Amino acid sequence: MAERFTKSMARNIYIGGSVFFFLLFLGLTLDTMSELPKRDNRQNLTESVARGKMLWEVNNCIGCHSLQGEGAYFAPELGNVFQRRGAGDQTAFRAFFKAWMQAMPTKAPGRRQMPQFNLNDQQLDDLASFLEYASQINNNNWPPNIEG
Amino acid sequence: MKFQSQAVAKPYFIFALALFAGQVLFGLVMGLQYIVGDFLFPAIPFNVARMVHTNLLIVWLLFGFMGAAYYLIPEESETELHSPKLAILLFWVFAVAGTLTILGYLMVPYASLAKMTGNDLLPTMGREFLEQPTITKIGIVIVALGFLFNIGMTVLKGRKTVINIVLMTGLLGLAVFFLFSFYNPENLALDKYFWWWVVHLWVEGVWELIMGSILAYVLIKVTGVDREVIEKWLYVIIAMALITGILGTGHHFYWIGPPEYWKVIGSVFSALEPIPFFMMTLFAFNMVNRRRREHPNRAATLWALGCGVMAFLGAGVWGFLHTLAPVNYYTHGTQVTAAHGHMAFYGAYVMIVITMISYAMPIMRGRMEGNSNKAQVVEMWGFWLMTIAMVFITLFLTAAGILQVWIQRIPESGAALGFMETQDKVMLFYWLREIAGVIFLAGLVAYLASFFIKGDDRAAA
Repeated sequence: MAERFTKSMARNIYIGGSVFFFLLFLGLTLDTMSELPKRDNRQNLTESVARGKMLWEVNNCIGCHSLQGEGAYFAPELGNVFQRRGAGDQTAFRAFFKAWMQAMPTKAPGRRQMPQFNLNDQQLDDLASFLEYASQINNNNWPPNIEG
Repeated sequence: MKFQSQAVAKPYFIFALALFAGQVLFGLVMGLQYIVGDFLFPAIPFNVARMVHTNLLIVWLLFGFMGAAYYLIPEESETELHSPKLAILLFWVFAVAGTLTILGYLMVPYASLAKMTGNDLLPTMGREFLEQPTITKIGIVIVALGFLFNIGMTVLKGRKTVINIVLMTGLLGLAVFFLFSFYNPENLALDKYFWWWVVHLWVEGVWELIMGSILAYVLIKVTGVDREVIEKWLYVIIAMALITGILGTGHHFYWIGPPEYWKVIGSVFSALEPIPFFMMTLFAFNMVNRRRREHPNRAATLWALGCGVMAFLGAGVWGFLHTLAPVNYYTHGTQVTAAHGHMAFYGAYVMIVITMISYAMPIMRGRMEGNSNKAQVVEMWGFWLMTIAMVFITLFLTAAGILQVWIQRIPESGAALGFMETQDKVMLFYWLREIAGVIFLAGLVAYLASFFIKGDDRAAA
């Protein structure tokens, strides 16, 4: 690097640049926090949804599935499973969901297997309501199609 | 070794490499589960193997960073480590806690582990990469505090250089951002937003400070280039890393709830994120070309150069491939992401830790001029096999990802193939990836074997 460009100039760019952009990031975060109530479906965040989220976590669902595209890529996306498997209809979705969860694992030889989590009816309802709530977060229309 | 206390790095490095071996084995298990779906089911379901694979990576890199800091800080500060005893004590605390956590993953169902460890009291588990029980997370914080205290006191009483200050800043940032792992609100959009404050601000933020400073240190040692020059480079690299990387976080906010404007901010700034990595490559090659000595440890030099190149390819180029919002709309959460993740972690963080180990380990073993020629040749075989295998793992996963996008994402609903049908269509690439994985393992075996080759023929020569 040219001699005119000194170490202290480089240091000032580092300190000034990172402080500036971190503060900007904080400002944008503040703005995001004020925008989120319009987008994140919090009006439907019931106690059942909260219990469902906890079940989602303690069974490590994210270890195989993705949710809004984040997680593992071993099993289908579940951020839109409410639409894919229930066409957005709660009764239809829950009927499918419960039957599915109770049928696992399929034990089909050579096929990917989902464990049996032994959830009771109430827990299955909670988990379903979490997935229904998650599917209605405004996430800029992702995924591109119903297959996730 | 200039200071006796630098030797505390040794158990950290050895344990890190043992965990690395475990990580690779579990990677092979998962690779096979992608092909033979019920392999090891129900003993080791995929999610368990994945947790072990990713958590071992994180933990062994942390061991590597700590070892690197314990080795580098006393020498840069020109004083003995504040407390070698504390460093050894924390080693055992972290090693035991880490081992118990991994055994917990493997031996009991995750839900039982959550119950046993009191996740109800402060739920933090079950989020990607942050699967550790809350008590393990608290343990990590305690270890990190003790570690920062120890190296901080050393820097305070000794010489302050750009390298040790930047390393301290990076490690402090690592500890601070980890605290967001304790924030787990019921609101999924909030949870995801701040989850990235740990994950992104680690790997595309403060970890780059750690990487840059370790690279700078090793380059000073192996090239003998003037410290002034190296430190100036380091400042420019980390300036670019944070200027692009902080707002680059926005590339994770496209599809998880935050407002639309993140698509623009995230695209623009993350498109610039390859710059610091490209500069690391230039930096490494420039310094080696301007070397003022022929360091006998050629293997360490090779790792340093390789680290620059592979970090640029994996983090820079493969990151850029899918970072623009209109592209990411289709690639988000496909095998393209997996491809990028593999090469970026290997190129940037695995290789920087191995660079440091390659430089420091021979010295700690009393081989001041590096390992014997024979040992270095075997080590370099390890380098090439692992690195080339990782290039192919990345290429095959990229091919799988592009095909997946093509048949599952791009067609309209109704015409698009489902997830599982798509997986069957890309099976060939999973086979090829697994073969590349076996070659990676062979490289790892060669690399580990190089430690057992005698090192004293150089003194005679």
